[in-house]
Amino acid sequence: MSTAGHRVVLHTSPHLRDTPSVDVIMRNVVYALLPVTAFSIYQFGISVLALVLVCVGTCLAMEHVICRLSGRASTVNDWSVIITGLLLALTLPPGFPLWMAVVASIAGVGIGKMFFGGLGYNVMNPALIGRAFAQAAFTAPMTTWVPIMAPDRFTSFIPSTFTLPFMQPESIQTWVASVAPDGFSGATPLALMKFEQVPTESVSLLLGSTAGSAGETSALLIMLCGAYLVYRRMMEVRITISILVVAALTTSVFWLIDGDKYPGPLFMLCSGGLMLGAVFMATDMVASPVTPLGVWIYGGLIGFITIIIRLFGGLSEGIMYAILLANACSPLISSITQPRRYGAPSKKGAG
Amino acid sequence: MFDFLSFLRKRGTFSHGIHPAENKHYTAHMPIKRLPFAPELVLPLSQHFGAPSEAIVHPGQEVVRGEPIARANGFMSVPLHAPATGRIKRIELMPTAKGPRTPSVILEVYPGDSQEVRYDFPRDYTTMEPKDIVKAVQDTGLVGLGGAAFPTHVKLSPPKEHKVHTVLLNGCECEPFLTTDHRVMLEYPEDLIRGTKILMRALGAERAIIGTEQNKMDAVEAIRAHLPADGPIDVRAVPTKYPQGAEKMLAKALMDVEIPSGNFPSSVGLGVFNVASTAELGALFPHSQGVIERVVTVTGPGIEKPGNYMVPIGTPIRFILNRLGFGGTSNCLIMGGPMMGGSVSSLDVPITKGSGGLLVLTEQILEQQHELSTHPCISCAQCVAACPMHLNPSQLGKLAYKHRYDDMRSDFHLMDCFECGCCSYVCPSGIPLVQYFRIAKSSLREKAARERAAAS
Repeated sequence: MSTAGHRVVLHTSPHLRDTPSVDVIMRNVVYALLPVTAFSIYQFGISVLALVLVCVGTCLAMEHVICRLSGRASTVNDWSVIITGLLLALTLPPGFPLWMAVVASIAGVGIGKMFFGGLGYNVMNPALIGRAFAQAAFTAPMTTWVPIMAPDRFTSFIPSTFTLPFMQPESIQTWVASVAPDGFSGATPLALMKFEQVPTESVSLLLGSTAGSAGETSALLIMLCGAYLVYRRMMEVRITISILVVAALTTSVFWLIDGDKYPGPLFMLCSGGLMLGAVFMATDMVASPVTPLGVWIYGGLIGFITIIIRLFGGLSEGIMYAILLANACSPLISSITQPRRYGAPSKKGAG
Repeated sequence: MFDFLSFLRKRGTFSHGIHPAENKHYTAHMPIKRLPFAPELVLPLSQHFGAPSEAIVHPGQEVVRGEPIARANGFMSVPLHAPATGRIKRIELMPTAKGPRTPSVILEVYPGDSQEVRYDFPRDYTTMEPKDIVKAVQDTGLVGLGGAAFPTHVKLSPPKEHKVHTVLLNGCECEPFLTTDHRVMLEYPEDLIRGTKILMRALGAERAIIGTEQNKMDAVEAIRAHLPADGPIDVRAVPTKYPQGAEKMLAKALMDVEIPSGNFPSSVGLGVFNVASTAELGALFPHSQGVIERVVTVTGPGIEKPGNYMVPIGTPIRFILNRLGFGGTSNCLIMGGPMMGGSVSSLDVPITKGSGGLLVLTEQILEQQHELSTHPCISCAQCVAACPMHLNPSQLGKLAYKHRYDDMRSDFHLMDCFECGCCSYVCPSGIPLVQYFRIAKSSLREKAARERAAAS
């Protein structure tokens, strides 16, 4: 074959590359979240379905609109904002009024992500910013829990779901009494333990047959979904491990001091949002450190602060503020834990 | 260093690195074959690291194969030998693989000649003094055939305070596609061993280790068959991983030592040489001959007859491609391997001493590989986990984007980067990290040169 008229393509090395791109990684995180979402819908019914759709939809629209307003190409096709929407929905109570979910989504994506410059520039996890905003703005609805497996959950909504915009939801006590005749305390296992010293069976916590936010129920299912991401090498499992280990150790110290007053480590690990946070939120790549030592410190910090808030703070749950605080620290953690480079002069001689 | 999993770390390798698809199946099984002479050879006077050679021939002069046609210009330079019997046509600026046009000798090959190497002066290294060996190595015109083209005799003259005790022969060839070193080890083990002994004598080293990767066990067997069991030369295979062939990684894998930042291997008592260069030395030295040809892996999905070819230095790649047939109308031609090789801009570029491979990738493959749109850095830390120098490419990339080159050097050790490309290979955002670092490094070097010029 002749080389006449041949076109030569110029390119700089490396000429090959083999890695899933950002949108593939983000899409897989969405896949991993789907079973958790589905289980939550199965447990709490169409109210959670509506909540998820509203959160994801608002987050998508918010990112798209801000991109357009700032004259940039829309970045919604990188899938990351869908993760934000799903995670936000999963951290809200199942009967959370939809108009409040819209506000929380706008706050999360707007303040938590786009004001910083979008994906890659956000300092903190946008879903948790949205939830923290809701926690501050709508305290009562954020702590109103509903029983699982209500008999008509696939045909009717929880009454508080369709609260009119800018209105507080009406009390759902009569509805709760109608769906849970055996009595429902209206508290999560963590709150029961903290304020009333009533423990919950570990098996119920693992399988998720307890009250709580939409997605923070079955620790086992969350771990399985996380395992998929670890298998695909799309999750920093060292963060999850260090959170769980440090949380268990911190709990054990207090549990050994006074086993009647403080709960045991298994209860702590499987209850509340710890597992969801440790697997899906603390591992947010953007807001976590990049250095190998840094991720251990970061995870440990989250585990420790969570338990301290749970045991001694005014709230029954602490994982959200722990992650947000550690997010804020992560640039600092990264910068003080730079890896020792190959061939660097060593203080203790060679090695 | 604080690391929970240090006990799990595999010995006999370096930490971090990547596992790109090897793609050596195109040519690994193919014996080295000769290519015929091109009608015209292009011999750049600067094929090596250091000062260009000085031509000692004039247009119209007849030369015989193996005769010196350019002499070394100082210690950091090597002579050049005629790869074929023929007539010097002219000396003029010609394109090279590196880009800029450089002065080159154009040699018209006599088609009827037998092309026998008549230039032969026997010489015995076992009775020669080390400093005479160094001079004789310079006369062979030998440079690192692995790609860097660093003059071999310069490596044989380490600073006085450095005592080299071990010679490492680098046969890792970690670049995907390339099989040059593999075939040389397999087919010329005796030359390789003789070359190793010459290097050891020149450096006064007590032992030598021929290091290769575990995907070349046949080469290990071939070499071992020629080695006495308890001799000073050993051959060892280390785990296959990119960039195992970097001398710093090889020193770590074989000797478990780190070459300190900014230092030569001789500072820790090591001399590192490419196996193809060493085999070439073993073949040429006893006859006082010079480098006139080399083994080139011509490979890739864009070529019809891939293989390992013995190619005369100066053969234009147009001649090779026409001979071996290549499909498509637009290809990316890469001199070297896909990870660190450079793409060439002209088919008139010749094979030089440093060209171990000619890789032809089709445009479709490039598009597939690089279809990723560029996202912002999401701090996934893949690059941090890949960098064999344990740098922080993520942070370096962010600083490079803001042109903060001085901070990159002082706080994040930019100058330790040897541009292996692992960071760009793994980046899910498609950020051209190593490309940024090359620009940053050359900008810093330029600035330093300007400052030196202003000070003097």
